[in-house]
Amino acid sequence: MRRKTMLRLGGALISVLTVGGVVVMLLPYFWMVSSSIKTGIEVFDLPIKWIPDEIQWVNYPNALSKGAFGVYFYNSFVVAFAVMAGNLVFCTLAGYGLAKFRFRHRELCFRLILSTLMLPLEIVLVPTFLVVRELGLVNTYGGLIAPLAVDAFGVFLMRQSIRDIPDSLIEAARMDGCSEFGIFWRIILPNCKPALGALALLAFRDNWDQFLWPFIVATTDDLKTFPLGLAQMEGIDSAAYHEIMALAVLGMIPAAFIFLFFQRAFVRGITLTGLKE
Amino acid sequence: MGEVLLEDLTKDFGEVIAVKEVNLTIHDGEFVVLLGPSGCGKTTTLRMIAGLEEITSGRILLDGRVLNDVHPRDRDIAMVFQNYALYPHMSVYKNMAFGLKMRRVARDEIDRRVKSAAGILGIETLLGRYPGKLSGGQRQRVALGRAIVRDPRVFLFDEPLSNLDAKLRVQTRVEILKLHQHLAATSVYVTHDQVEAMTMGDRIVVMHEGVIQQVGPPMEIYQSPANHFVAGFIGSPSMNFLSAKVRAEDGRTFLEGGGFRVPLPAERSGGLKGREGGEVVFGIRPEDMRLDAEGEIEGAVEIIEPVGSDIFLDLSVGGASLTVRVEPSVRMSQGERVRLRPDPARVHAFDPETGETLI
Repeated sequence: MRRKTMLRLGGALISVLTVGGVVVMLLPYFWMVSSSIKTGIEVFDLPIKWIPDEIQWVNYPNALSKGAFGVYFYNSFVVAFAVMAGNLVFCTLAGYGLAKFRFRHRELCFRLILSTLMLPLEIVLVPTFLVVRELGLVNTYGGLIAPLAVDAFGVFLMRQSIRDIPDSLIEAARMDGCSEFGIFWRIILPNCKPALGALALLAFRDNWDQFLWPFIVATTDDLKTFPLGLAQMEGIDSAAYHEIMALAVLGMIPAAFIFLFFQRAFVRGITLTGLKE
Repeated sequence: MGEVLLEDLTKDFGEVIAVKEVNLTIHDGEFVVLLGPSGCGKTTTLRMIAGLEEITSGRILLDGRVLNDVHPRDRDIAMVFQNYALYPHMSVYKNMAFGLKMRRVARDEIDRRVKSAAGILGIETLLGRYPGKLSGGQRQRVALGRAIVRDPRVFLFDEPLSNLDAKLRVQTRVEILKLHQHLAATSVYVTHDQVEAMTMGDRIVVMHEGVIQQVGPPMEIYQSPANHFVAGFIGSPSMNFLSAKVRAEDGRTFLEGGGFRVPLPAERSGGLKGREGGEVVFGIRPEDMRLDAEGEIEGAVEIIEPVGSDIFLDLSVGGASLTVRVEPSVRMSQGERVRLRPDPARVHAFDPETGETLI
């Protein structure tokens, strides 16, 4: 009886903590949405007025008119999509090689790739920029996309997922007359869909709001991505937080939409690859 | 046609030699079982025939054609894997059709062959299902079906029954045999289960530590094992081994040890010539002895194991342990002293050093 009560109390405590966590996580977003429909002065009102007296929808068209946000959106989308596609192709190929082919120094290769995870973008920024400049890719889509098109974490994720596919499937396909690329295409890819979904989602999200690299490599307005546009807005009109927030809300929509859409695949992918115990 | 020839076939994984100079001819239409404990090289041999493992040295020929450098897909060999290796994202129909599709067989021909194979295996109703929705036995049939549709010259089976429960295993064993009779294709079957080997093989190849120990029909291997290892591996419960000394008295030869003194008929003692006074290993199967008050082996009953059709008695004979099969009607109690008479025609002796069969 006592045990039961304790269990029930424990459950209630967990629920309270979870709800508390959700509130803490969602509060900044709520504040962002709320600020995006206030006037410039109301944003700084204390105590915070969560729901303004008069909703300022006009902030949205006003903010959008202050820069070439259509172009920025388009660029962000192109870059995020291309980086995602690049990750899907290259990380999966690399993961397949590292998971299923025996070759000299395979483990060393894998560890070297993994070790690059410890280097933040800030450290490799200058050398990467020098390479991109040598290749003549500064201020091009190629320059925005290529350095991010393969990622060590993605290689790791795909390797773990492909490792779980039994070797006998590959061997059976080989005996069935499948070519080596055919095995990759017809057997490996369909059997790591959850991980592919997770990788697509992570790659898109990470690159949709990528700031630092585009900031270095995109110099003209026609190649700027959305986060750059947003930062630029602060420069143009540093007081217009209500409009900046309106843009931030717009910028969040694609990422949120994709997350909602892929959520199930994402969780499955992460669980299946043993990243979450 | 489907005659497979293995010539001095060797495989090493660095330091470890998995298969050593294997020579074997598998005749067209024959069902050959590679038998041995795990790590004996049987699966590696099978995988080399399939083309899934590189050959270190030696040759594999199929109907006179050297296969060493032929890609697995071009060998005209199909394999049933231990874990079935069904493609989880394809329906049963697609799993069976995949090999034909890859070979660009016409669609209606694929359809005809898949349906015919499904008919033979009784899986017509499963064609639309996915492997994940099938029972172990059903998956096994699909795996067989996938091999059959290709109509290959040689079938390879890598322990295909090891993932099934005991009852299904017996049932499937019979079905594979029926299938073999129906298709009459050359088959190489790998197992560590000696009952499977005995019941299925036209011939059994017993392997140990990468080396072929003996090749022959099941009963020959059972009755005339080539060495100590084969004698101990085949048969359940296994053959009894007791260390013995060879004695010659009055022109007769005896095997003598703690608790026994077994006379050998003159025609069987030839193999022990020149070993008088020397050590050998005396071997006798549990069913080759009977209770007899005048028997030459004496021991005390330690454990009584009734299995229904028989009773197995574990005896202590001169400190060593010995198992004997007796009729289920026999009543025994623990600790009881009994005497056994071995069938002189079924007594074996092995060299204690080399394990070689002497008689």
